[in-house]
Formats: sequence, structure tokens, C-alpha cells
Amino acid sequence: MRLSFRAAKRPGHPAGGGGRSGLVRFARDHGLAFIALAIAAPAFAQSSLPPSRYAYTQLEDPRQEAAAKALMETLRCLVCQGQSIADSDADMAGDMRALVRERIRAGERPEAIRRWLVERYGAWVSYKPPVEPLTWPLWAAPVLLLTLGLVLARGRFKRRKRS
Amino acid sequence: MSRLLLWLPLALFLGFVVTVAVGLRKPVDTTIRSQMIGKPMPDFALAPAVANHPPLAAADLRQGGPRLVNVFASWCAPCKAEAPQLDALKRRGVPIDGIAIRDRSGDVAHFLAEWGDPFERIGADPDSKVQFALGSSGVPETFVVDGRGIIRHQHIGDIRPENVPEILAAWEAAK
Repeated sequence: MRLSFRAAKRPGHPAGGGGRSGLVRFARDHGLAFIALAIAAPAFAQSSLPPSRYAYTQLEDPRQEAAAKALMETLRCLVCQGQSIADSDADMAGDMRALVRERIRAGERPEAIRRWLVERYGAWVSYKPPVEPLTWPLWAAPVLLLTLGLVLARGRFKRRKRS
Repeated sequence: MSRLLLWLPLALFLGFVVTVAVGLRKPVDTTIRSQMIGKPMPDFALAPAVANHPPLAAADLRQGGPRLVNVFASWCAPCKAEAPQLDALKRRGVPIDGIAIRDRSGDVAHFLAEWGDPFERIGADPDSKVQFALGSSGVPETFVVDGRGIIRHQHIGDIRPENVPEILAAWEAAK
């Protein structure tokens, strides 16, 4: 749906809008569209409850907050799957931040919290890939490629020396 | 030997292209299944979500018979869409308990009055803690829990009419 009124189509108005600035012209042409966007309800339903206590509030201890932040940046938001929970404004991400902060506050280690979540959602919930048979190629590839490169380079240098 | 080695980068590159092409053609499945299937229900004891229903605790799900646990919310549109299917399951003799995520008591009561009330017990999960413990990644989701409190089946998303037989079968299998 696109709502706009073009001056050129209105009788008694010179096409182009005379000496008005581009911004003013844009606002006039698309004013209704702006209003429609502003009052449109978001497609994603969210709860009417206020966010959890630690969803948007940092921990009192800066060292604990730093540990929580580092963990939150490597946990995937479940409803907005391309984002970390640190980046997302979804209710569920807020609740997960609260969960992380409360557990860190209670003295739990970040890796234990990650393990707890991976136990429930699988390795997918973590942005830190685990070292397991499925991901061995991922970890081995840089070493293998570097070795291959060194071997190739050595061959070339040797040949150049001889000539 | 070195002649063959010369072709190696091109072979690697072609292998890469084929892998990417095959990966692009595969449909993307972004559903996150719970890893808790086959494991015992995590321990919890929730407050009642509405006045006219008893609250839900993990112990209520170890009473000898299989039950459904429906994770829902009054603010979730697909939860309204699956209400007739939950009602159909209830009429087939399936006991259903609910967990209301991030909800207000009044909103839940209103939701049940408008869309039907198939629930025996309803617990309130205002900060999604039990939802996380279950490995559930949204609303609605439905779990089949056997009489010993072991999670047997997870249905993600709203229950469509065509899903009723499979959920009924999972419930029968959990007996």
C-alpha cells in the first residue's frame, strides 16, 4: 500500500512545486504514508508485561557485568535468529539476558550457563562453535591450508634458487 | 606430480562452488528443536496464572498418565488459531496443562473466555524461565509428557487440524 499525493495531478498546482526544498516536498508527498507507518501495529506480537529486571539493567559489579556482556554477545537470540541476545529487543532475548545476568550475579561461571543452554537448545544457540567431530574440519582447515601454502611456497623458492 | 598440483587450487575452488550451490538449493530449516526430548521434565513450581485453575508444577506431570503441556500466551495470535485443535484433543480424553508466558492474569482469563479453555492446570511463567528450561523457543509449543515426567514429544508452532492425529499418536505412545 502506498499513499501519496502528487502535486502534478492536482488541478491549479504547478508541477514540480516551485522553489520548495526537497525535504518539504517529500514530506508533503509522503505525509500520509508516514502517519500510516507510525500507527501500524508491529507484526511481531510482544507481551504487555514490562521487561525483566536485568533485561536492560546492568549488574552492580562491573566485573560481573563485563562477564555477562561477553557471554550475551555469543548467545543467539531464539526468535530473531541472526542476532545475539545482546543486540536484540525481543522480549525473549530480554528474558535471556536477565537469566544470564542473574546467574552470573549468583556466582555461576559463564561457560556453565552456556552449557545449560546448549543442553536445551543444542550447539546452535551458541555463536562459539564447539570442538566436536562435526566441526573438526572447521578447526583443522586453517592449519591445513597454511601448511599447504608453506609447502607450495617452499617449492617455488627452491626452484628459483637453482635457476 | 607438480603438474597435478597446479590444478589443485582450481579443484578446491570448484569444490567450494559446488558446496555453496548445493547449500543454496537446500530449503532453510530455522526451527530450533528442544534437546530435552527423552529427558525428565526440569523441576519447576509455577504460581497460578488465573484464579479458577490450579497452578502447575513439575510434580503434577509425574502422576502416572501422559499429559500435554501447552506453552502459550494471550498475546500470541497463533495460540488463538490452535484453540479448536486443543479442544478436540481434550474431547478425545487428552489431559492438557498450560504454561502462560509473560502474561497477566486478567489477559489470560479474557483469552480463555474468548477462545476456549481446554486446560486443567495453568502456571504463570512471567520471565520465561520455565520456557528456557524446557528448550522451548517460542509460543505456541506443545509437549507430550509421560506418566513418569519424561518429555516424549515436542510440537513447534500452532497445532493445525492435520497435526491432531500425530499428537494423539504421541500421547498414546507415551502411555
